[in-house]
Amino acid sequence: MQTSVDIPPLLAAPAGGSLWRRKLVNRVMTGLVVLAFVLALIPLFSLLYQVVSRGLPGLDWEFLTGTPRGVVGGGGAAHAIVGTVVITAVTSIISVPIGIMAAIYLTEYGGKGRLRRWLTFFVDVMTGIPSIVAGLFAFALFAIFLGPGIRLGLMGSVALSVLMIPIVIRSSEEVLKIVPNHLREASYALGTPKWRTIVKVVLPTAFAGLVTGVMIAVARIVGETAPLLVTTGIVDSINTNPFQGRMQNLAVYAYSEYRTPGVMKQASYDRAWAAALTLIAIVMILNLVARLVYRRYRTEIR
Amino acid sequence: MKATGVSPLAAAGPRRRFGDRVFSNLAVAAGVTILGLLGGVALFLLIESLPAVGASPAQLPGGKSLVDYIAPLAFGTVLAATIAVLIAVPLAIAVALFISHIAPRRVVLVLGFLVDLLAAIPSIVYGLWGIFVLGPAAVPVLEWLEQKLGFIVFFKGPASATGRTMLVASLVLAVMILPIVSAVCREVFSQTPRKLQEGALALGATRWEMIRMTVLPFGKSSIISGSMLGLGRALGETMAVTIILSVSGIVTFNLISQANPSTIAANIALDFPESSGLAVNTLIASGLVLFAITLVTNLAARAIISRQNIQ
Repeated sequence: MQTSVDIPPLLAAPAGGSLWRRKLVNRVMTGLVVLAFVLALIPLFSLLYQVVSRGLPGLDWEFLTGTPRGVVGGGGAAHAIVGTVVITAVTSIISVPIGIMAAIYLTEYGGKGRLRRWLTFFVDVMTGIPSIVAGLFAFALFAIFLGPGIRLGLMGSVALSVLMIPIVIRSSEEVLKIVPNHLREASYALGTPKWRTIVKVVLPTAFAGLVTGVMIAVARIVGETAPLLVTTGIVDSINTNPFQGRMQNLAVYAYSEYRTPGVMKQASYDRAWAAALTLIAIVMILNLVARLVYRRYRTEIR
Repeated sequence: MKATGVSPLAAAGPRRRFGDRVFSNLAVAAGVTILGLLGGVALFLLIESLPAVGASPAQLPGGKSLVDYIAPLAFGTVLAATIAVLIAVPLAIAVALFISHIAPRRVVLVLGFLVDLLAAIPSIVYGLWGIFVLGPAAVPVLEWLEQKLGFIVFFKGPASATGRTMLVASLVLAVMILPIVSAVCREVFSQTPRKLQEGALALGATRWEMIRMTVLPFGKSSIISGSMLGLGRALGETMAVTIILSVSGIVTFNLISQANPSTIAANIALDFPESSGLAVNTLIASGLVLFAITLVTNLAARAIISRQNIQ
């Protein structure tokens, strides 16, 4: 491997000084690196601790089953939980097939063609789209056809798909790439058409990896707030129909409880924290299960 | 479509049947959909922001021209993101070094998981944490900064009593982008050729000298590209800033006072739900500007990464 790293002569002065001094510098710098690492993890632990300790009091039966409709300064988040499930499900229904098919295109059909290069490039670009811009896109798309006042669960899902598709493509491409070629070639040697080879050999081999990738992608979008603020709006009753009426997920619920607290401010804040705790629990469970699935079900590739 | 498969056998090989054509067309369609989607993002934002471009200042929110409306927001966006990057990058390099070269092998997986966890936490939760926990905790620090370093333009004060300041918002942004920057660095740091590292050690270098002379030079471009990716993320981050920052629409470098410039993303999240008519178009126009800024940042980062891959 060619690298352009020059190693200055160590024994010449600039690096050095006495051995004692160099050892001291080594100690100090190592200490600083460790310190920086600890410093970086303090927010994580503080945040987890605060979310759990402030979220638990509000996380009761009413929170999970009630809605704020017709209740003054109380109610629950059932509508937001339902909204989270519906919006996330619709987003996955849009994103997973497109994402995996695009990954199949990139690894199996793309070759070195121009479309492939463009696609790789633009998927990179897409991962950098700010979430609020994805929301504005979905709003603009629907507003042109349905008028500017429109707010739908589906709009939120379209916005989130813009964020989810590139994540699915990236992770799927990664696992499809490591399916060894000799498996494909063995299948072709038996006279199997390419598409059946993909469906029967490549995808099953990569299955655990694909599932893991999708779950992590879901975990990334399930807690999105900004794109939904501008597309699905805020609502106080259960709505299961993504094609009609406003909808709300837990993140937006947490935000609206914080932004417009009711008469009993603290109760609203408690509910915001409870929603935050629920969200973190969902995200963590998704991440952990994704890792377990991968460990447990991945095909051993030799 | 020409089927140029992954292997020479595939290209020459299996007969193309009906199922093949359907399947490969589906795959191409998915690819084209994505290109269309991205084009659509730019196109629809442009269409919806045109009315604001053509409108006279009197019709726009605040009675200002579009440029005067967006400029302070763009300033706030860049300021918040820049400070976040300045705070996050040194820490991220240290975190990456710690995991790739210093931590005992056994705990590396766990530590990596912890850092990834930082990236998995939803931004709304960071927002709540920022305003209820970090903000109040930062107030004494802000007061101290005002008293001791008040002669610097950034810390002129008066210090905010709630902690809802640019400095706190940037700190939270820094925590949010740290895992991204450190992931890019870690990846490349751990690819530093063994022979260089061992050579340095064999010549009598201490571990830090080895890191300074082999790992850091080797990973230089990854540090730059990781920082740019982090910058892109910080520029577009919405909820944390929306919740934490108390905004007043002014342009100032003062990081610790109650009056702060807003950011494009936060401004959209704050105003969009209550806006109608031209105000909506104005907000979408500002979103288009944000899109352009992040696009340029990310393209620069990608260009650096791909140049480094070619080497």
